[in-house]
Amino acid sequence: MAREFMKGNEAIAEAAVRAGVAAYFGYPITPQTELLEYMSHRMPELGRAFVQAESELATINMVYGAACTGQRVMSSSSSPGVSLMMEGVSYIAGTEIPVVLVDVMRGGPGLGNIAPAQGDYNQIVHGGGHGDYHNIVLAPSNVQEAVDFTVLAFDLAEKYRSVTVVLLDGMLGQMMEPCELPPMKPMKTEFEDWAVNGAKGRERRFLTSINLDPAAQEVTNFRLLNRWQQVEANEIRYKKYFMEDARFAVVAYGSSGRISLSAVRAARAEGIPVGLIRPITVSPFPTAAIREASKDLQGMLVVEMSSGQMLEDVLAATRHNVPTEFFGRIGGMVPYPDEVLEEIRGLVKGPLTTEGHPRERWLKRMAERI
Amino acid sequence: MQNEILIAGFGGQGVLFAGQLLAYAAMDEGKQVTWIPSYGPEMRGGTANCTVIISDEEIGSPLVSHPQAVIAMNRPSLDKYEPLVKPDGVLVVNTSMVDRKTTRTDIKVVEVDANAMAEKLGDKRMSNMVLLGALLGQLGVLPMKAIEHALQVHLPERHHSLLPKNYEALHEGAMMQALSI
Repeated sequence: MAREFMKGNEAIAEAAVRAGVAAYFGYPITPQTELLEYMSHRMPELGRAFVQAESELATINMVYGAACTGQRVMSSSSSPGVSLMMEGVSYIAGTEIPVVLVDVMRGGPGLGNIAPAQGDYNQIVHGGGHGDYHNIVLAPSNVQEAVDFTVLAFDLAEKYRSVTVVLLDGMLGQMMEPCELPPMKPMKTEFEDWAVNGAKGRERRFLTSINLDPAAQEVTNFRLLNRWQQVEANEIRYKKYFMEDARFAVVAYGSSGRISLSAVRAARAEGIPVGLIRPITVSPFPTAAIREASKDLQGMLVVEMSSGQMLEDVLAATRHNVPTEFFGRIGGMVPYPDEVLEEIRGLVKGPLTTEGHPRERWLKRMAERI
Repeated sequence: MQNEILIAGFGGQGVLFAGQLLAYAAMDEGKQVTWIPSYGPEMRGGTANCTVIISDEEIGSPLVSHPQAVIAMNRPSLDKYEPLVKPDGVLVVNTSMVDRKTTRTDIKVVEVDANAMAEKLGDKRMSNMVLLGALLGQLGVLPMKAIEHALQVHLPERHHSLLPKNYEALHEGAMMQALSI
């Protein structure tokens, strides 16, 4: 099949179209705007719904309503915009309806800047909205994965009646790479038995997130958790590079994952037996895979464009039993492979320790540099 | 084998398009390729740059601290990127827009009076093609035919009458010799 050369943002938009998305709601924000812009002409061209809402708050509630019909529905935004959506995301999770959300992360906190960052990890992976729920979170690290995981996101959202987030950063949103697009899928014509799409001739259905009886809410929450156990059992994805004979490993996802790949290759060229584990589902997190891999390792390095948010999940996976260091650039700064290579050399040189916290040592190293 | 090319200049000089053209050609040749622009709260007339990486294997970082080749289309770009070119790398300088000599002696430097050359060919806006040609002349990353093909496919239809001139611009650029070190 012919390869297209596309920006991450536009590739995600076209992938969603081909996955049969029936309605897109959004509000412009850099570095995500090309996604909305692409949808603004592509969706009407196909006779599908595109709405530029008056705010992200309106956007997520339009998504909520439209998704209740059982059609494939999505929105996209970038960090500050995603924050505004969090109440709605919790309502959607509580209502148990499938929604796909794309977060093209930028530097923060606050209004921050429009440069790439990974500071929304905790918000997207560990909560964001209130209450007991989990998002399925897919983290592409190249444009092909952005395409593939957008399609997958719709399937997983439907299968588990869950919010599924495609989590990337401004770098991947803005860069162009060749990709193969999936074949065009028509919009859904058959709907699940929960969809509220007209009750003529059948029993009335009811979708809501309000549950005034705590006992009933508890039952709902257990149902959500049981479903989440299924997600954990079936859907964990990650990719390993050079791990067969590795004594050391870098753990990194998304853009910092691909940057680390360059550094790992350079380290290998120097004879350092280092590999890379790149989580693809950051939720559910590949905890068991990382724990298993870590048993053969002398040390690990976690690299993020945040101050060590995924780091805590890695430390939990290894139960702090494997010497671990951390390297991050934050606030919209993107690490170069050279910097990561230097950190790999530092890890190997030691001292290797499970004492203290990797973040503390990173902060000390950074204080000397910045 | 990985080639890293950074193209920098003022917005409007065709920096991003030159990079995209290179990337399209690389894709059509079956290579792995990334194109990444500098994006920021920038405006017309401000600085712009893009990095193109061409490789035979899965590309890691789309950004490098020391690119193998740089096209500097103006003085601020020369000042910023001349020190960063990888040793033994290539630096193509648009001397029409630069009022100083280069200082590196460990890289290949190609000085191109690109604006004048493009103007002589009929349109100053083709200076980016002259410079891209000069780069390809020194860095055998892709055959000229691949670039010509990409230009034909990706230049908007309404500009197709300009194709022969653009090919000429590429070829004239490719004839430029590097300064002897």
